[in-house]
Amino acid sequence: MNRILVIAEHAGGRLNPSTAKCVTCARAIPQAEVTVLVLAADGAPVAAQAATLAGVARVVHTDNPANAQPLAAVLAPQIAALAGPYSHVLGPSTTFGRDLMPRVAALLGTSQISDIMAVDGDRRFKRPVYAGNAIVTVEVTSDKIVGTVRVASFEAAPAGGNAAVESAAPAAGIPTHTRFVSVSAGKSDRPDLQTASKVVSGGRALGSAENFEILYRLADRLGAAVGASRAAVDAGYAPNELQVGQTGKIISPELYLAFGISGAIQHLTGIKDARTIVAVNKDSEAPIFEVADIGLVADLFQVVPELERLLGAG
Amino acid sequence: MKKILVGVKRVVDYNVRVRVKPDGTGVALDGVKMSVNPFDEIALEEALRIRERGQANEVVVASIGPADSQQQLRTALAMGADRALHVQTDSTIEPLGVARAFLKLVERENPFLVIFGKQAIDDDNGQTGQLLASLWDRPQVTFASRLELGEATARVTREVDAGLETLDVDLPAVITADLRLNEPRYVKLPDIMKAKKKPLETLSLADLGADTREHLRIVRVGPPSQRTKGVMVKTTEELVEALKKKGLF
Ligand SMILES: Cc1cc2nc3c(=O)[nH]c(=O)nc-3n(C[C@H](O)[C@H](O)[C@H](O)COP(=O)(O)OP(=O)(O)OC[C@H]3O[C@@H](n4cnc5c(N)ncnc54)[C@H](O)[C@@H]3O)c2cc1C
Repeated sequence: MNRILVIAEHAGGRLNPSTAKCVTCARAIPQAEVTVLVLAADGAPVAAQAATLAGVARVVHTDNPANAQPLAAVLAPQIAALAGPYSHVLGPSTTFGRDLMPRVAALLGTSQISDIMAVDGDRRFKRPVYAGNAIVTVEVTSDKIVGTVRVASFEAAPAGGNAAVESAAPAAGIPTHTRFVSVSAGKSDRPDLQTASKVVSGGRALGSAENFEILYRLADRLGAAVGASRAAVDAGYAPNELQVGQTGKIISPELYLAFGISGAIQHLTGIKDARTIVAVNKDSEAPIFEVADIGLVADLFQVVPELERLLGAG
Repeated sequence: MKKILVGVKRVVDYNVRVRVKPDGTGVALDGVKMSVNPFDEIALEEALRIRERGQANEVVVASIGPADSQQQLRTALAMGADRALHVQTDSTIEPLGVARAFLKLVERENPFLVIFGKQAIDDDNGQTGQLLASLWDRPQVTFASRLELGEATARVTREVDAGLETLDVDLPAVITADLRLNEPRYVKLPDIMKAKKKPLETLSLADLGADTREHLRIVRVGPPSQRTKGVMVKTTEELVEALKKKGLF
């Protein structure tokens, strides 16, 4: 049997959807028995949510005031102290997991396997390299396997579980050298970019933050999240958390609408798993058209208002 | 002496579209342009600015890799680093081995700050900084977009999925640089000449005594699945029709 420990991501008492995707990855490992670990100031509410995920055998929560914020240096020693009975320790390949899991791996004496996109066996996984231009199959030879799960590659585990919940108090020294100051989350009622089924995304062509507003309006009409290319973020047209790509968010919506985005490889890495890609670009040679399911060579400043109008009429 | 240690990796230039070798052993690297990992340039730029503000005296760059890595170290010296350390090896060292080698360099150099790029754009592992911080038992701030140094602490803002997070950490600490930390300077020709005279020390992994045992074995390298080219429409109306047909509008 493979005992898999999945580290839950959560904020404000809510389980992040990335956890349900990690559970699906964990269940793809042969003979998996999945435990979810919640580290929090008060973990019971999040643990209760994790317990409803199908395929989870057990949820453990570790409550400590120091766990109020997900500081890698604080969480890692507690995870390592609890890792003893497990063969695999997995976290999501979100900024939470990418920060935390290597810190755990070092404590367990191994390298992390980053961005697992497929499970090929107990110790064999596929992962992307070179911005997704090559896929490597990696065999992990260490005792313990520590990895991050590329959330765009896995469906969320459905509800329907009823796992046992227990608490644990690991004996681990908790450092005080790292202190949380603040987090400025772009408050928004829009769907979350990483889990939205539709995404409206804009590039450098938008030209200003004011112009970017037309994409927000369209997104709201569609119930979509908003994304951006790095060029748009660097130019200050959109906040950093909207960046899609190799070094931003990797997403897999049903529909991705790209306006004025050229389609650099670093951007395409982030949208490869989208079901349908629509590209609107003035330049018929733009590389985005090579991956688009539907392409339209046109001025976005004409197309976006027309879309709004047609949707309004529709 | 207040030192900053910066990691520099030789990688395939970001403009190159790499191809997988047909035999599945790796990607074709012959004659391909190599560069300093772009995130490491950002890391180095930050270190140089700290020194230029008088908050550090020396910037040391280090690379673990084949003999050719010296080209990237020379570029780093031309950007303004004071000194370079080259840990020469022809084997591919996995992240934990690299972090262990850096820990030995840290013990030798005693930096108050270590700055890495947040990921290398070749194997996209994104873990060396965190591994080092963990082994060294010091703070880490990953994905940094703003760094303010105090006497014994640093206030660092990081790019997280939710937005921006700010942390205070005690020094020494490990920082990993995100894209928006700064914009690296261009290297000028006279600096390239000057860089040739700057000290570059070559070490072996054996000199350092770092354990670089392997835990991740590459079984196969394959191409990604390709998306098929779709259809072109001529008007917004046609676009809406096509999306309605797919049930997406
Ligand atoms: C290390 C590294 C990491 C990177 N990571 C990322 C990443 O994560 N995500 C990312 O996106 N990029 C990333 N990049 C940057 C990437 O290489 C490109 O520079 C960037 O994606 C370009 O953004 P863009 O398509 O908006 O801009 P451009 O390439 O400038 O494209 C603008 C497009 O808009 C079109 N256009 C102009 N006006 C109009 C109009 N009125 N109507 C319609 N179309 C119009 C143009 O034809 C053009 O195709 C990274 C680069 C590096 C070096």
